Amino acid sequence: MLTSRRLIIAHFWLAFGLFGLALLLGAWQMLMRSPLSGWIENPEWYYRSLTAHGTVMAYVFPTLIAMGFGYAISESALEQPLIGRRWAWAGFWLVAVGSVTAVVPVALGRASVLYTFYPPLIGNGFYYVGIVLAVVGSWIWVALMSINLRIWKRANPGKPVPLAMFANVAGSYLWAWTAVGAALELLLQIIPVAFGLVSTIDAGLARIFFSWTLHAIVYFWLFPTYIAYYTIVPRAIGGRVYSDAMSRIAFVLFLVVAMPIGIHHAFMDPEVGAGFKFVHSVFTALVALPTLLTVFTICASVEIAARLRGGRGLFGWVTALPWRNPIMLALAFSFVMLGFGGAGGLINMSYQLDTSIHNTQWITGHFHLIFGGAIVIMYFAIAYDLWPHLTGRPLASLGLMRLQLWLWFVGMIVTTFPWHWVGILGMPRRMAFFDYGDPALAPLAFSVVLSVLGGFILVLSGLLFLVVLLRGHRTAPAEAGPYRFAEALHPPVSVPAVLNGYGLWVGLMIALTVSNYGYPILQLAVRSDTAVQAVYVGGSR
Amino acid sequence: MTVVPPADESAQVAARVERRWATMSIVIVLLLATAAALIGLQHATMPQGRVETIDAARLHLSGEFVESNLGTAVEPDGSVTVRAIGQQYSFVPDCLLVPTDTPITFRATSPDVVHGFLIVGTNINTMLVPGYVASIRARFSNPGEHLMPCQEFCGVGHEGMWARVKVIDKAEFTRLSAGKRRMSCAD
Repeated sequence: MLTSRRLIIAHFWLAFGLFGLALLLGAWQMLMRSPLSGWIENPEWYYRSLTAHGTVMAYVFPTLIAMGFGYAISESALEQPLIGRRWAWAGFWLVAVGSVTAVVPVALGRASVLYTFYPPLIGNGFYYVGIVLAVVGSWIWVALMSINLRIWKRANPGKPVPLAMFANVAGSYLWAWTAVGAALELLLQIIPVAFGLVSTIDAGLARIFFSWTLHAIVYFWLFPTYIAYYTIVPRAIGGRVYSDAMSRIAFVLFLVVAMPIGIHHAFMDPEVGAGFKFVHSVFTALVALPTLLTVFTICASVEIAARLRGGRGLFGWVTALPWRNPIMLALAFSFVMLGFGGAGGLINMSYQLDTSIHNTQWITGHFHLIFGGAIVIMYFAIAYDLWPHLTGRPLASLGLMRLQLWLWFVGMIVTTFPWHWVGILGMPRRMAFFDYGDPALAPLAFSVVLSVLGGFILVLSGLLFLVVLLRGHRTAPAEAGPYRFAEALHPPVSVPAVLNGYGLWVGLMIALTVSNYGYPILQLAVRSDTAVQAVYVGGSR
Repeated sequence: MTVVPPADESAQVAARVERRWATMSIVIVLLLATAAALIGLQHATMPQGRVETIDAARLHLSGEFVESNLGTAVEPDGSVTVRAIGQQYSFVPDCLLVPTDTPITFRATSPDVVHGFLIVGTNINTMLVPGYVASIRARFSNPGEHLMPCQEFCGVGHEGMWARVKVIDKAEFTRLSAGKRRMSCAD
């Protein structure tokens, strides 16, 4: 019962359109810093491009996917038309206008500070204002998801909230809270400096505020992917969700433990003491728990599908899976990349191992494998699954979809594995140029060239993806029926109140944030002697 | 004909298998956290213990990081302290000289923006945040040369910010350091 189709399509197209542009920038950057290109004449172009690539890929693209998918979930899982559609359009336009406001100064070279801001480097004020606008737009979505669920609950007292909506609202709450860190950094620290009201800034405090956002944002990116694992994949391949209760537990665990761990991004920073680094390291280990639970539940749900299709044996059932189904393929690729990326993540979370790879290409490889790989390939799957219900036309070519997914998988592996390797060899991140003629850097050259080839494969796959979606608007109309989510093997008759709402979990999320961030923030906020002079970038002001 | 067990029985089996996996997952997570704690307690690799601040605007005027005090200093107890500055877009000194088999403390900071301090081929890695002093202890076993790039974006010249670390034999270092207050590769 999707009634807000235009709204949802608008979100997806803006997301994927910007994604396509940022993908091209990414590939160009890889080429420029590789041995295949000579000296980059103006390195500023590289950082300009990197700022745009990061801003779009980290803030705009996943936020729009979560919003669009969230509206689709709300309408189809709750079987009620979206309440507050006008507000939803207002949110969409805020994200769109915010993105343009942010990207214009970047394109003009007035805000080449990277999407992670890095004060005391200060770019043009409108870059930051644009990001704030986009975040405010997404907060409208958070409010709408909460309101729609509340109205449904009032009409359906005691009924279990459908799993897809339960997870969707959990993700929206996580985003609302995790965005607060960067919002505080922007509103209290950076924007006053960018508009010249103040000229000094505490770079250490800013880094702690940013770490508040920087890790949990990854789980916000992950939410649509996990919702697809649990509620799209089993239905698409003819299986059942193994356990409804465990699925809910996994999602609320993300809500609780994704937040109080961000200081692992500041393991090597001098503005945080050893004690809080240890605490955040332990909590980071905890965040592996919901993912381990998910791996089990999804593998078991997939096995159910295989056995229903006649699969036999301890592992023989794997061959009975519908491998020609793009959703099955996407899931398998996503899991492989999640496995490698997760293993890398366990290395990063340990202070002792992190010292060897902190801020090297290993880190670039790690988050591209997790986000660009495991997460984004499921965004593709979500779009493929949802598109016929949005356009009222079937997607014609399964073969093209499979080819696209294969290319993305191969491209991502070929890009990120060499990055991990050169990272271990000590190659730093975010540099516009490397002198491969230096005997100490020459051994990196081959791996870097390999990863550039991977980048080109990714561009090809990205283009194919857009082609598949575009062609989906041109096939002959055929009603796809109501959009449904996977059912549990043992559908819940009633769910304990604690797993049907968020009170306890949001409470824990906030309490743990206060306990794990309160002291490191206060310690720096109360002193004034650590503020340093801002360094403005981008020429005359 | 296969015998289908009743639904509540299969639900119990499902719950049991699931509990077993959840327990295993919790054990894995606890093992990881314990391993990190033990390594930390043994001080094998430890983050800097406390937060140390400094006035970034006056680094060059007085105190520990004035230019004449940068470089390698031999302490009375035989250990070595290396002081350095990372600034847009170079390190001072741009080649650090250190001995093998000697406890070394690197102390560094930045007068302008955030930089990174990474000695390639080692696990010596820290951020240089203006207003704060980074301090890490290390020890080199083998002589040799290492690259030392800035590992954090610090502005348009970031790609040019590379230094070197020269590790020399302890005996040779002792000979070179006789009568010198501060040293770098230039000495």
